[in-house]
Amino acid sequence: MKKDLIDAVENKSRKKEIPYFEIGDTVDVHCRIEEGGKTRVQVFSGIVIARKGRGMNEMFTVRRIVSDEGVERTFPLHSPNIVDIKPLRSGKVRRAKLYYLRERSGKSVRLPKRHSKHTATT
Amino acid sequence: MAMLLGKKVGMTQIYDESGQMTPVTVLLAGPCTILQVKTTQTDGYCAVQLGFEDVKPSRVKKPEEGHAKKSGTTVKRFVREWRFPQLPEETYKPGSQLDVKIFSGVQYVDVSGVSKGKGFAGVMKRHGFGGMPASHGTERKHRTSGSLSGHGSDRGHGGNLKKGKRMAGHMGMDRVTSRNHKLIWIDEANNLLAVKGAVPGPAGGYVEIRTAKTKK
Repeated sequence: MKKDLIDAVENKSRKKEIPYFEIGDTVDVHCRIEEGGKTRVQVFSGIVIARKGRGMNEMFTVRRIVSDEGVERTFPLHSPNIVDIKPLRSGKVRRAKLYYLRERSGKSVRLPKRHSKHTATT
Repeated sequence: MAMLLGKKVGMTQIYDESGQMTPVTVLLAGPCTILQVKTTQTDGYCAVQLGFEDVKPSRVKKPEEGHAKKSGTTVKRFVREWRFPQLPEETYKPGSQLDVKIFSGVQYVDVSGVSKGKGFAGVMKRHGFGGMPASHGTERKHRTSGSLSGHGSDRGHGGNLKKGKRMAGHMGMDRVTSRNHKLIWIDEANNLLAVKGAVPGPAGGYVEIRTAKTKK
């Protein structure tokens, strides 16, 4: 009963469909940003290194290397500002949190490619 | 003014169109049955007695049953009074029901409940004392209150502590009112209210929800 009642509130802002993506995927995150009164969509692409939280609280972290500097952004999965998430490439990984990538640089940052259905078309 | 009895369901978060996230507490509010209407003539003050949630018939006590019978209803588990300076008599009748609709148009609410029990707590947790230094010769006294009294602060108490000196002791399980929660959403179909922020007590705890006293 408790779950149903909380669902009733959450359904107000819950996203109907969330693109399927996994840890280790290289993704394009399309997020809406407001700039000088105008809104536009910005794309942040990188490797998904963590997903945490349940239900409406779920967040995911994307890491990329920008001019030799590691950049991580954590997004709320259900935020309406996250317009789209496009998985491009699956990586072969053996754990749920890829924090070990933070200690790596250069060639060793790359994950071996894995063939997966959800990234097969892209 | 509006008041309802209810139950804390739990917390979650919702987003508005601009992407702003709001932490909300979901409250199951009502429907409440009016068990009794008290008036100045009969009781010396004006109030409406509200009841929330039925009790299993086998657990009902006879006097409670008699009290409920007067208003033609069943025994309720959570009963509280809603006080008025003067009673608008026609609107509230014994046996009638109140639901979340009475909160329509209300912007802010106060929520009262019984806080979670913390057991025997020290002064740092219970009263927010600073404790003692971690080093510089402090031994086995890191979380104590320090000295209890001095000549100046306890003057006129004959060598005793002032009454009400804040010390370690039982914390929690108190009636707590948290004020001015923004009322985010009213769900008439499920009798739900979503209020901004955390309210006292555990999920499943009984709460009183009132129109905010100070903030309009």
